[in-house]
Amino acid sequence: MGAKGRKPRLAVWKFASCDGCQLTLLDCEDELLAIAGAVDIAYFPEATRGKIEGHYDISLVEGSITTSHDAARIHEVRRRSTTLVTIGACATTGGIQALRNFADVKEYTSVVYARPDYISTLADSTPIADHVAVDFELRGCPISKYQLMETISAFLAGRRPVTPPHSVCMECKIKGNVCVMVAHGTPCLGPVTHAGCHAVCPSYNRGCYGCYGPMETPNPTSLTHRMKALGMGQKEVQRVYRTFNADAPVFRKESERHDP
Amino acid sequence: MTRRTIKVGYLSRVEGEGALKVVVRDGVVRSAELSIFEPPRFFEAFLRGRSFSEAPDITSRICGICPIAYQMSAVNAMEDALGVTVAGPLRDLRRLLYCGEWIESHALHIYMLHAPDFLGYAGAIDMAREHGDLVRRGLGLKKAGNEILSLVGGREIHPINVKVGGFYRVPQRRDLDPLAEQLKHARDSALETVRWVAGFDFPDRERDYIFVSLRHPSDYPLNEGRIVSSRGLDIAPAQYDEHFEETHVARSTALQARLKDGSSYLVGPLARYSLNFDRLSPLAQEAARAAGLDPVCRNPYRSIVVRAVEVLYACDEALRIIENYQAPDLPAIDVEPRAAIGFGATEAPRGLLYHRYRLEADGSIAEARIVPPTSQNQASIEEDLAGFVGGFLELSDEALRDRCEQTVRNYDPCISCATHFLRLEVDRG
Repeated sequence: MGAKGRKPRLAVWKFASCDGCQLTLLDCEDELLAIAGAVDIAYFPEATRGKIEGHYDISLVEGSITTSHDAARIHEVRRRSTTLVTIGACATTGGIQALRNFADVKEYTSVVYARPDYISTLADSTPIADHVAVDFELRGCPISKYQLMETISAFLAGRRPVTPPHSVCMECKIKGNVCVMVAHGTPCLGPVTHAGCHAVCPSYNRGCYGCYGPMETPNPTSLTHRMKALGMGQKEVQRVYRTFNADAPVFRKESERHDP
Repeated sequence: MTRRTIKVGYLSRVEGEGALKVVVRDGVVRSAELSIFEPPRFFEAFLRGRSFSEAPDITSRICGICPIAYQMSAVNAMEDALGVTVAGPLRDLRRLLYCGEWIESHALHIYMLHAPDFLGYAGAIDMAREHGDLVRRGLGLKKAGNEILSLVGGREIHPINVKVGGFYRVPQRRDLDPLAEQLKHARDSALETVRWVAGFDFPDRERDYIFVSLRHPSDYPLNEGRIVSSRGLDIAPAQYDEHFEETHVARSTALQARLKDGSSYLVGPLARYSLNFDRLSPLAQEAARAAGLDPVCRNPYRSIVVRAVEVLYACDEALRIIENYQAPDLPAIDVEPRAAIGFGATEAPRGLLYHRYRLEADGSIAEARIVPPTSQNQASIEEDLAGFVGGFLELSDEALRDRCEQTVRNYDPCISCATHFLRLEVDRG
């Protein structure tokens, strides 16, 4: 809650990212004006040039840390925020741009930019929690708008948000989906992936590609065994763990077991 | 020498991070520079070694505002490389999905990002305190676009249903009926939007732009066509690199694209509309004329009206597709990997988006090149500022800064995409 009876102040911060997770807030079309009624949207440069300086009651942080400037800026954000929530795979695990963590960033720079000397970047893309204390993490590439609203509602009510850490498999069961791996032999990361998307990929007849990152206590080795039995090779297995949450420790470890 | 300095540290209501510096000496604008400091993410580097089939899912992460554009340019390029053509209802479904993104992205820009400039608000939420019904109309329109993305694509941001060769699952005819009902309301809202924005006060500024967009034999361009310009260029997407080049300037993590003769050009709604007015639906043409637009529009401040016309067109086109839709027998056609080069160019809401991939025999990506619309517009944005700011120097520092920001927002720049955008500093030195 905000101090002295005022509305709580909400800020939205961006680091290395695609803007999709903060867009999720604007995608709450039916709820946006109600949210704006309950909190002061005090800093949200993608949506407004108005800003309130000072301290924020809740900060939503999108994106990963990839530059020394951002590594310093996140400490400033932390100092000015009572509650800091990371939103999405980039902020929570380093994102797709953490693929550089498995490669040589100098070589990457020379491939993309004509003048690598104009580019200043860190060797690794790291999650916010590697730099400052984080109060709550929202998973997903992108986050779910329902989980975002749950998080803001919980903050307003002074309780912890409810975002179940079970696997996507549970969501398939709740929806009554036929298992794509059992019934169609389609490789699926659902058994090791954190819930939150309402099992969108299996609902469209494709295997989950893990964009919510690891569930709690996953068993990827067992899943890998099954995916290999379905015909996936060493390279393919490594690739499926190296996408939007490639540097989440569990996924990193499993992918490294399949180094050529 | 007279000296005035204006700074905007972080340009707001654009997607991504950037800054702007305008240098004025004795009442003359000497230079205008756009800096993009969005951190680089190296997509073209880490795409190497990935499977051709992963390109739509991976490249969509370049931009959360226009993921379909990335998915469509990627699948078109891959299908070009693999020698297959997606036709019939699968082609129509892709076009429907792209209409959804145009509606969502344009409605966001018109109502939430750009209209506040014309009406004098910091943002849409402040605007909603006095114009609640207007903002609700915008949100409703945006939602209609998102409903298409959600139903056909699986979800609004980073949809999951697009694959090389078609889709993972296709909707049945009856699945689309509720969407059609929503789109009829959206089309009415879009028509009201065109009338509303047509009444804004537009600075009387024009430039003789080189417009570049796709052009298709029968359709307003979304997903396919040849690359044409207002100076007579007419090439296949495969010839893009022969006519355009990207350069790297020190102030940006974004590359700047220009024509090979060094001239800047403009992509996006203004270019698309001016090169393809004859391809708009009768309803959209009529609304454009009633809004006071000629078939060619060179005033970038009026781009908000052109965007509204495109939203109307996209609603109209989506309804046409739904009315004629018959579900295909299979959700996708088969594709076989081979060593080849493929090219894809589509019309993202912000303009032409070019992809090129070189594939190995096993279908893995050997080389990737992606040229987003904001890189292509960057030179043109700077020239607009250099050309127009001189006429606004009588304004106070604050009003001038607002006008500069508005001039940049005319382009709906997507800086996240272009990294490979804004603090404003006006040095009147």
